[in-house]
Amino acid sequence: MPLLEIQNLTVEFPTISGLFRAVDGVSLTCDTGEILSIVGESGSGKSVSMLALMGLLPGNARITADRMQFDGKDLLTLSARQRRSVIGKDMAMIFQEPMSSLNPCFTVGYQLGETLRLHMGLGRAARRARSIELLQLVGIPAPEDRLGNYPHQMSGGMSQRVMIAMALACNPKLLIADEPTTALDVTIQAQILELLVRLQRENGMALVLITHDMGVVAETAERVQVQYAGQKVEEQPVTGLFTDPHHPYTAALLASLPERAVVGQRLPSIPGVVPGQHDRPDGCLFSPRCAFATDLCRREVHAQGPDFGQALCNYPLRLGIPTGHPTMSVALAGEDA
Amino acid sequence: MTQPMMDKPEPSSLLGAPVLEGRDLTRYYAISRGAFKPSATVKALNGVSFSLHSGRTLAVVGESGCGKSTLARLVTMIEDPTSGDLLIDGQPAHVGDRSLRSLVQIVFQNPYGSLNPRQKVGTILDEPLRINTKDDAATRRAKVEEMMRKVGLRPEHYDRYPHMFSGGQRQRIAIARALMLRPKVLVLDEPVSALDLSIQAQVLNLLMDLQKEMGLAYLFISHGLSVVRHIADDIMVMYLGRPVETGTSEAVFANPQHPYTAALLSATPIANPQGRRQRIALQGELPSPLKPPSGCPFNPRCWRATDECRQIMPALSGDVAQQFACYHPLGDKPPSPPSE
Repeated sequence: MPLLEIQNLTVEFPTISGLFRAVDGVSLTCDTGEILSIVGESGSGKSVSMLALMGLLPGNARITADRMQFDGKDLLTLSARQRRSVIGKDMAMIFQEPMSSLNPCFTVGYQLGETLRLHMGLGRAARRARSIELLQLVGIPAPEDRLGNYPHQMSGGMSQRVMIAMALACNPKLLIADEPTTALDVTIQAQILELLVRLQRENGMALVLITHDMGVVAETAERVQVQYAGQKVEEQPVTGLFTDPHHPYTAALLASLPERAVVGQRLPSIPGVVPGQHDRPDGCLFSPRCAFATDLCRREVHAQGPDFGQALCNYPLRLGIPTGHPTMSVALAGEDA
Repeated sequence: MTQPMMDKPEPSSLLGAPVLEGRDLTRYYAISRGAFKPSATVKALNGVSFSLHSGRTLAVVGESGCGKSTLARLVTMIEDPTSGDLLIDGQPAHVGDRSLRSLVQIVFQNPYGSLNPRQKVGTILDEPLRINTKDDAATRRAKVEEMMRKVGLRPEHYDRYPHMFSGGQRQRIAIARALMLRPKVLVLDEPVSALDLSIQAQVLNLLMDLQKEMGLAYLFISHGLSVVRHIADDIMVMYLGRPVETGTSEAVFANPQHPYTAALLSATPIANPQGRRQRIALQGELPSPLKPPSGCPFNPRCWRATDECRQIMPALSGDVAQQFACYHPLGDKPPSPPSE
């Protein structure tokens, strides 16, 4: 049984104009020692699904799932008290904005120690020793001096290292990193990603990396799940995803990367925008922006099997050719030949 | 799918005067450190020279604190340089000089913060004309609608408010506003980094189309190197207020000479899982601009640094295509990663 298993997770928020479905039937699994990346644009539900898993969503969120299991525990039936003994200990999360996710009123040492006191029951001296060890582990120079620092005395990269140290304090089995490097400079981003991958290997953790940056995905992930407008549209090992994307959305997203285009030429862009609360189409959510959409797509959409990376598409792509498409598959095949 | 080629004017055809030129620009800020300490000086910009011609794009690249935004403030005449000269269209520019102001306009990073939420799109676009020209209402309206069409907004958007638009559409509004007075130079301060990937391509295409159509010069400020590589003709890499490497985009990307440029290029993630390569792992972080290191500002993080680098700042050297400020340029061989 995988370490983390979620089936058919749906998260809805009541708004003045009706229910807003932020996550729509997402399933995912992640096992020990694995790096799963969830990639998608804003509004794709990648952060919300992980916050639902952590139990960090506001009380008015409606979370339903067929199954939500972590390490043999059923998270759907867990009481709040029991859940608090799991999150922060076996399952930890780091967030996008390191500067705002640390409490500005307390020292780094206090915030690190809090986790150790609550979950591990360590005494004062043991907490201090472990805190220094953790700061060393994440590559902070002179950790003894840093314990007395307040968050404002540190740079963004240092704060993110402290966040990672806090998340690792209790040797979690699963680490969720929600856009851990988006707010950081490029050279610092490289350092932090390297650190995360090294720690994941050394500790044999499962790592869920949420990002919108295809470059970060390509360089760190092993398995990738692509989300669009709250739905999972495709799941593949990382090499397969970049060489042979099966969902037209993934293919279009990769094509619009500047580094894949010829310098100075127009970029192939995806027309339109991600559907919002009020303009969600029937059938496939990507159909208004899709080059291959037919009337069938505007009515209904079927998920494909593992052959096609479980692509949520009626005509999944195989090397850029939509399989089973009434008009395009023949025409494009002829063009290629 | 074949895309129409974008013809960039060749450098040889640009023998005319640059539309924007900076000569040894510096900008210092005095920072108060409390009542009992003397104030300190931050050299946010420390000797930057560049020239920009019509129809060309100069990208300014660097991490936070390298002086990119200060440069934008000088070029848009929000602030005067502490020393050095800024020439716009061949004339010296100063903060009070209204005549040159309409020639340089700016598009900001975050279109959610840079548009007034209480103004309709029409009013936002009309305002520059109302203040700076003597056009009557009908002429202004016609100009606004023409510009809206140019940036891909529909006429019915005239009476809508910014909150009714997505990020990409808002950035189109911001671009249209910047272009209303027909500037010659557009400063683009991270124009696509707040946008989603699929929208980013749309906005970059629009910028390239507008440049071709209107002969605009772009000063493109960015930390995203893959975007820069796509859109820029020339590139200036900055570190702690100084340019460390400048040159044509092809030359700098193909063969970076300054170790910092090489590190920056190698740190940028590439969307190709098969091409995972050895990174140049830079140690440490950007030093505080209050206490810059002596000599070359990059020397504490540089794996090629020698005593020479720690004492005297190297000057820019090289040829027309590529210049760098380094005693130990990387040469033709690929940069070797530092030993840990």
